[in-house]
Amino acid sequence: MEAVEPRTNYLNADYGIKSWLLTKDHKRIAVLYLVSITVMFILGGVFALLVRLELLTPGPDLMSSDTYNKVFTMHGIIMVFFFLIPSIPAVLGNFLIPLMIGARDLAFPRINLLSWYIYMVGGIITLVAMVAGGVDTGWTFYTPYSTAVSNTNVIPTAVGIFISGFSSILTGLNFIVTIHRMRAPGLTWFRLPLFVWAHYATSLIMILGTPVVAVTILLVAMERVFNLAIFDPTRGGDPLLFQHLFWFYSHPAVYIMILPPMGVMSELVTCFSRKRVFGYNFIAVSSLAIALLGFLVWAHHMFVTGMSIYAALIFSFLSFAVAIPSAVKVFNWTATLYKGSISYDAPMLYAFGFIGLFTIGGLTGLFLASLGTDVHLTDTYFVVAHFHYIMVGGAIMGYLGGIHFWWPKISGRMYPEAPARVAAVIVFIGFNLTFFPQFILGYLGMPRRYHYYPDEFQVLNVMSTAGATILGLGYLLPLTYLIWSLRYGAHASANPWNATGLEWTTPSPPPTENFHETPIVTHDAYDYEDFDFETVPLQEVKVG
Amino acid sequence: MEAYSDQRERALETTPAAGPHHADHQHQFDSAAQQYDASTLGMWVFLVTEIMFFGGVFTMYVAYRAAYPGAFGHASNHLNLTLGAINTAVLIASSLTMALAVHSSQMGKRSALVTYLLLTMLLGSVFLGIKGVEYAHKFEEGLVPGPGFTYSGPDANQAQLFFSLYFAMTGLHALHMVIGLVLMAVLVLQARKGRYTKLYHTPIEISGLYWHFVDIVWIFLFPLLYLIARHE
Amino acid sequence: MSEHVISIRVYFGIFFVLMALTAVTVGAAMIDLGRLNIVVAMTIAVIKATLVLLYFMHLRYSPRLTWLVVGVAFAWLGILIGLTMVDPLTRMWLRSFVPLAG
Repeated sequence: MEAVEPRTNYLNADYGIKSWLLTKDHKRIAVLYLVSITVMFILGGVFALLVRLELLTPGPDLMSSDTYNKVFTMHGIIMVFFFLIPSIPAVLGNFLIPLMIGARDLAFPRINLLSWYIYMVGGIITLVAMVAGGVDTGWTFYTPYSTAVSNTNVIPTAVGIFISGFSSILTGLNFIVTIHRMRAPGLTWFRLPLFVWAHYATSLIMILGTPVVAVTILLVAMERVFNLAIFDPTRGGDPLLFQHLFWFYSHPAVYIMILPPMGVMSELVTCFSRKRVFGYNFIAVSSLAIALLGFLVWAHHMFVTGMSIYAALIFSFLSFAVAIPSAVKVFNWTATLYKGSISYDAPMLYAFGFIGLFTIGGLTGLFLASLGTDVHLTDTYFVVAHFHYIMVGGAIMGYLGGIHFWWPKISGRMYPEAPARVAAVIVFIGFNLTFFPQFILGYLGMPRRYHYYPDEFQVLNVMSTAGATILGLGYLLPLTYLIWSLRYGAHASANPWNATGLEWTTPSPPPTENFHETPIVTHDAYDYEDFDFETVPLQEVKVG
Repeated sequence: MEAYSDQRERALETTPAAGPHHADHQHQFDSAAQQYDASTLGMWVFLVTEIMFFGGVFTMYVAYRAAYPGAFGHASNHLNLTLGAINTAVLIASSLTMALAVHSSQMGKRSALVTYLLLTMLLGSVFLGIKGVEYAHKFEEGLVPGPGFTYSGPDANQAQLFFSLYFAMTGLHALHMVIGLVLMAVLVLQARKGRYTKLYHTPIEISGLYWHFVDIVWIFLFPLLYLIARHE
Repeated sequence: MSEHVISIRVYFGIFFVLMALTAVTVGAAMIDLGRLNIVVAMTIAVIKATLVLLYFMHLRYSPRLTWLVVGVAFAWLGILIGLTMVDPLTRMWLRSFVPLAG
């Protein structure tokens, strides 16, 4: 496929800052999000490096305990609410979903833009609160510390997070309506790319869960302002009630973070093994199963709080159950790879990383779901390692894999393949060196969120910090060469990967209206065995 | 039932490819019917988020009432049942007028639409006014949570919990009503300019859905807050 | 457009039923029914809410997808309240186990 010279596309269709800040084009909004969340990721990463720097030695060196509490709190808040939750949906989902379903835009373009502004307002308020002194409650805001004891900037931080929740809600709302009502003719549910299924399930979680944490955080702020009694044990309040309401969202939130990269996996594994996916229906339905079951397990974060042991039994059982649909996906991707014609481009390297690291992270979750072992492991570094394996080893690798895969479509340029592969390997090595020692530390008993630790834990902590440094450098590489490619990268053709999917039938980058003619779909997704790529011209065509 | 994508295929065949679009036809939609379906589905999905939003405070209410039934009963008796009942009637009436507003828009009757919207706003304002009176009474009686809380019954602490929930729940509800009134003010201004016709009145319908939802929340709030132990 | 128009008579009819049910719920609250008080109150509230949903909000004449959306919302509300309450309601069952907080 030869490259084309740039012509009118969504990037050059209109110029000037107003054309970006007042855009209704889902593709431009995706780029706005890309810039914002990259800034947030760097900020959250800086806080992570500060934590790891402090933990190089057993005692306090760089900061007081109070400051340390603020640093890990801000790391958590920024990474969870302002990076991981929006990342793939707001960037790749916004960009790709209309393209993948053959639509001109999402159902509600202005609400899409509004969601970005809401995200920015929430982010700025939270950052201002941080600069003004930060918060030391942990990203979990447990009461009554957050309502009655902490003298840090709880209220503005809570307000910032509350506001940003609406960004998530509006994104999910837009996706649900779009997927239900705007699919191209012939595009039935079971012909959709699994990326779309994943985002549909994610959107359900966003809609059903986010409002609960929103009202809970709002009430924490209201309690501080108006001296309410809702979370005050001295007046009859139950601290566990806060935790129930907080985790009712925050557990499903981790599925908001992992389902979209799982969607990316299905796209990458099929394209880079030139095979249709194994068990399409199972992967599609397992996304819904994860969304459902994910809402039924939240109290596994509370096993040692004094909650009812009978309730704990139920939640433990359900927590084992929720592992099953995730395992189904891993089995099916593996079966897709089997006897496939595999190539090792950078997106595929990230995909391999995801599958392995997500599996480890998921399996270690079972240790925590089991009541007996959780008593020993909870609130230790084992938990920290577990969730970082899934969120960094899983979600961020999925994000990077997706960014690389769709970079030609988004920017019209190819990224440089050799540095990209090197970066993927560096990230993989750095990641494991950072977080595997933490499993051991947790098992040996090092508590999380502690500023000091016993001397015998230092070697593992030093390894972890060394890994974090390598990981950070690894992340700088794509930041650099992706920006470099905007100017110097090879021009991309419409379908540089010879992939299936409607997004690859439009030019790279696409025109503002995506398709000159609405496509009509007659094939299943991932039709790698039957599709004839040689005769596909560069302009958008009817598929099949 | 026909698959939605088949409906879209038919819509594509029947919608002119070029030619002037209705001013309210947004470009991402293929037809007015698709736009209408998407807009109403969007509002229903938004109401799901509102149900879960209020659901959070309702959960707190259930937990604390189950823990302190006696205290909640005594505290509830300090609420003004008459005003609460009047407010319930007022809000139900405003739902009626809102439904009639939607009906007028479906019939293309502009002045009836404006009248019913204004009536709804009036009734909503009455509700908020009565609520304000109730809040003022609570201030005078020292029943606002915080250092100034003075309660002469048993279990003063749990009563303070009840009143915290009372103010939080009715406060959030009132905030939603204010948003609804602002929405309706915008609709009135647009309706007077003839913006809504028999063919296009989607904003009226979806605002109606929002308003009825606010009514439903109150339908649950009223017995839960005002009618706990009235027989004692 | 697939819109159904409900007649004004039906709207007024629903309105009067809602007002009557409000009177009933206040009246029932004045009678000591023990644990049934809350059951009666919530049943009436659910009936009122259903009437508002079906007629004022046109749910009766809406597509099946809308019904699914409403169903899911109430199911999730049930999960939120129900599964949360399992904890406080069963916390003290194992009476030989006294938590440290007493």
